Amino acid sequence: MKNDVIIETRGLFKRYPLGEHTIVALNDISLHFSKSEFAGLVGPSGSGKTTLLNIIGSLDSPSEGSATVLGNQIESLSSRKAAELRNHHIGFIFQTFNLLPVYSVFENVEFPLLLLGLSADERKKMVFEALEWVNLADRAKSKPAQLSGGQSQRVAIARAIVKRPAIILADEPTANLDAENSHHILKTMVTLNKELGTTFLFSTHDAKVVQYLRRKISLIDGHVASDELCQPA
Amino acid sequence: MIKFIIKGLLRDRSRSLFPVLVVLSGVMLTVLMHCWIRGTESDMIRANASFSTGHVKIMSRAYAKEADQIPNDLAYIGVSKLIDQLNTEWPNMIWTPRIRFGGLLDIPDSNGETRVQGPVMGMAVDLLAPQSHEISILNLKSSVVRGRLPEKPGELLISDEFAQRLDVNIGETATLISATMYGSMATANFTIVGTLNFGVAAMDRGAVIADVQDIQRALDMQDAAGEILGFSSDMIYRPQQIAVIEQKFNQQYSDKTGEFAPVMLALSEQYGLSQTLEMISSATSFVIVIFVSVMSIVLWNAGLMGSLRRYGEFGIRLAMGESKAHLYRSLILESFVIGCMGSVLGTAVGLLFAYYLQVHGFDISSMMKNASMMMSNVMRARITPASFAIGFVPGILATTLGTSISGLGIYRRQTSQLTKEFEA
Repeated sequence: MKNDVIIETRGLFKRYPLGEHTIVALNDISLHFSKSEFAGLVGPSGSGKTTLLNIIGSLDSPSEGSATVLGNQIESLSSRKAAELRNHHIGFIFQTFNLLPVYSVFENVEFPLLLLGLSADERKKMVFEALEWVNLADRAKSKPAQLSGGQSQRVAIARAIVKRPAIILADEPTANLDAENSHHILKTMVTLNKELGTTFLFSTHDAKVVQYLRRKISLIDGHVASDELCQPA
Repeated sequence: MIKFIIKGLLRDRSRSLFPVLVVLSGVMLTVLMHCWIRGTESDMIRANASFSTGHVKIMSRAYAKEADQIPNDLAYIGVSKLIDQLNTEWPNMIWTPRIRFGGLLDIPDSNGETRVQGPVMGMAVDLLAPQSHEISILNLKSSVVRGRLPEKPGELLISDEFAQRLDVNIGETATLISATMYGSMATANFTIVGTLNFGVAAMDRGAVIADVQDIQRALDMQDAAGEILGFSSDMIYRPQQIAVIEQKFNQQYSDKTGEFAPVMLALSEQYGLSQTLEMISSATSFVIVIFVSVMSIVLWNAGLMGSLRRYGEFGIRLAMGESKAHLYRSLILESFVIGCMGSVLGTAVGLLFAYYLQVHGFDISSMMKNASMMMSNVMRARITPASFAIGFVPGILATTLGTSISGLGIYRRQTSQLTKEFEA
């Protein structure tokens, strides 16, 4: 294992009870991801992509096996420690943008920094920096309802990147976007990956995303079917 | 973070407006009920104190035992001396003699024959002495319907309702037929100079008021009175201060072996008033408990509905790195702010209604026609210092309690599940 590995899973299982049966969402997943990777979990619905992202993001815990993220054993983290890990080191991007509708663009992006307890001046500087990265500084005062889908997802990217996390987990980030916006978003992510060295881990079945990946991990029925390096478009 | 929460509250009406309206309604009703109960209580105390019990009442021990029958043959003799002593001992109290009596009021025609007569309940009070407070204690000036108050001996006031029933006019002569202190028949002529509306059904049915010296002469009660009433000079009944006076008086003056020795009773010890006051106090507490319970259930449900709607928001906040404990605390803080806003507004609206009822009251005279209680015909609310604060107890308690119960859902659900619900 290389020294710059920041995510590692070993023999990971996730089982959900369903009536008298048990659904196996993840079946013996062993993977590792290094710093600055731009990788994707690819597979059809129900293949376990989101479950794996949730475990890596400490939103969920495995039924068996271990997941280590930046030296933290996810399965043994307390709720408070898991929140601290997310707060400092992990950013999330969701399929449906998940912006808080009553807050402005600025306030949505500012929220993770509030949790870090930064001063108002520091927050303002960092929020505008993040909005500049996604070319939305001029929409800082807008409400999410006033933005297009592409703009909303760019705000979500700014919110994920604003605290400069080591890892960004993106769950189907282009599923609700048209082709033009999807490419625009993905190019932004590629740039941020290169400029900031942030590790991006996607869950997707969108061919548009796949062509930007440098590593593609195919999941089928909860197990790794293939793990290959790719040449991005 | 507090600024962030407040912004969210103000901008999301479903998060603030409905809960604030619920709290406002509950607090308003609590404040109004509290003022109403306090008003009823103070009206009852005032009516009883003014017309019957005083804040304290001194009687002979024998009279006290049968006070319900108004046994003037057992009246206390030596009233002037005792009142002088009381004035020296407790100069901040008002001491005044009263004689209650029953009899017939006979109205003669121009030939001196009985034109009409009726049974009366009489009250002899000190109307003519310049230092007397009775006119203001009984609120007689504003109770006059026709005529005027007595200005010289031999003048009588009669309830307006009674006067109409007897078809008696101002200036007519009325003969009081009663019994002297020693049991023989007594008659005395009076001139009716005014009619009164007491505002108390028991009095309005058939009461007369005469000067105490006139009645002492008529009933052969020289320097005697059935009762000596004591009032605090500001007319506010303070049970603890009154208890101290009562205890001291009874230690000092009351000879337990002497049938005609004076004995003092506080207002609460007469006619079961202490039980009534305790009942009112219990009712106030009961009302508050009921409102806290009902509002907690309503706000709990409102909180549950709000939480269901907001599970997604909670999920995203948790994903951003907020801990469940921090999120839970922020919800409690939100509910505290809502509780405060609702309580302030509810208290203001409740006090507004209470003020209206304090000034204008609610006329229940039609319901009091046969009542024998010394109770005002117009029920009024009364705003007390506690009225400004009492609504905050259910207002804040219910919102925080409701949220703390509904917010527990955050702990019961998987973080990943909460995040997923945002996408629904």
